[in-house]
Amino acid sequence: MPQFWMEDFAPQIVWLVISFIALYLLMARVALPRVANVLEARHGRIADDLDQAAQLKSQAETVISEYEAALVKARAEAQATIAQAGIEAASAAEKRNAEVADVLATEAAAAADRIATAKNDALAEMRGVAAELAKAAAERLIGADVPQADVDAAVDGAMTTNGGGS
Amino acid sequence: MSVERHIDHSSPMYQFVIGRLNDWQLGGLDISFSKAAAFMFGAVIVATLFLVLTTSKRAIVPGRWQSVSELWYEFIADMIKETIGSEGRKYFPFVFSLFSFIVMCNLIGMLPYSYTVTSHIAVTIMLALSVFVLTTFIGITRHGTNFLSFFVPKGVPFVMLLLVVPIEVLSYFMRPISHSVRLFANMTAGHTMLKVFGSFVVQMGVFGVLPFALIVALTGLEVAIAVLQAYVFTILTCLYLNDAIHLEH
Repeated sequence: MPQFWMEDFAPQIVWLVISFIALYLLMARVALPRVANVLEARHGRIADDLDQAAQLKSQAETVISEYEAALVKARAEAQATIAQAGIEAASAAEKRNAEVADVLATEAAAAADRIATAKNDALAEMRGVAAELAKAAAERLIGADVPQADVDAAVDGAMTTNGGGS
Repeated sequence: MSVERHIDHSSPMYQFVIGRLNDWQLGGLDISFSKAAAFMFGAVIVATLFLVLTTSKRAIVPGRWQSVSELWYEFIADMIKETIGSEGRKYFPFVFSLFSFIVMCNLIGMLPYSYTVTSHIAVTIMLALSVFVLTTFIGITRHGTNFLSFFVPKGVPFVMLLLVVPIEVLSYFMRPISHSVRLFANMTAGHTMLKVFGSFVVQMGVFGVLPFALIVALTGLEVAIAVLQAYVFTILTCLYLNDAIHLEH
């Protein structure tokens, strides 16, 4: 086997020592620090990103709590406004009701007045008509000209006894 | 010696001949450059360029290639964290280099016409010895003479210790052997097998499709073994480092 040719040992060992020392120096001084830098940069970057994410998360939580507080406040204000509006509407309705009731009462009173006036007018007219009718009837039946005063008195007496007054 | 260095070109072992590209000598030491040395530097260059180029964008969201580099880095970092703990951090560059060197040599060796550096015992024994020397050095400097208690298991009767301690000492010194032979044998066996089946393809003519199909499957298996053996070598290194640091069985 060529592996056991002793005269090849020395040159192989010499060049092995030289090349391995070269490799060791290249690895230790050049290659490994480069790879280590890349890995460290990544780990640093990941840590930074995580920090930033945590910061953003806490910011988001602050915003959410502020939003929720604002929401609660707005809801309370809305409730108060609704209650206020309810009260105002109720009082306005009451006021309107009272006004309407007043107007109706006034109109009812006016109507009652008009009715009474009309009735009185009607009665007065009826009295005149009745008196004339009575006077004309008396003239035709008995041929006597009954004085106006007697006719009026008789009509008044008849109207009061028949219960036509108000 | 040169008489020994004769191997037939058709032999499945011929692929392991490293040859000589020149004949450099340094004070009697043979430092001639060979394809083994070339592929070692190839592994160093590929590993370095891959890690440097894929991380050039430094993307926060990694692309495909950058993910490979990050996984590669974190694979070793996690392995050290799990087997050794936080004290293992300062050995990270060493363990990472060891894994990268072995995995790159193994994978480059899977390319056609290439050569597998880790198929030579001379290479794997040096890697294993570097781990052995490092772990023993750490054990002695951290624990002093207390390090010897590593060879004395707790709760064993004295009579048994006469038997257990020599076994413990022997197994400790056998570590670099088993550590290195495992990698070397796996690589050598895999590549030899592929070569043998490859010669069957040629010899069997039309029926060569059968060994050819087998080679396709075996190549997939060998790629898996290339990564797995690099992993095994590395995790054993971590376990030995943990023994030296924590003196635990």
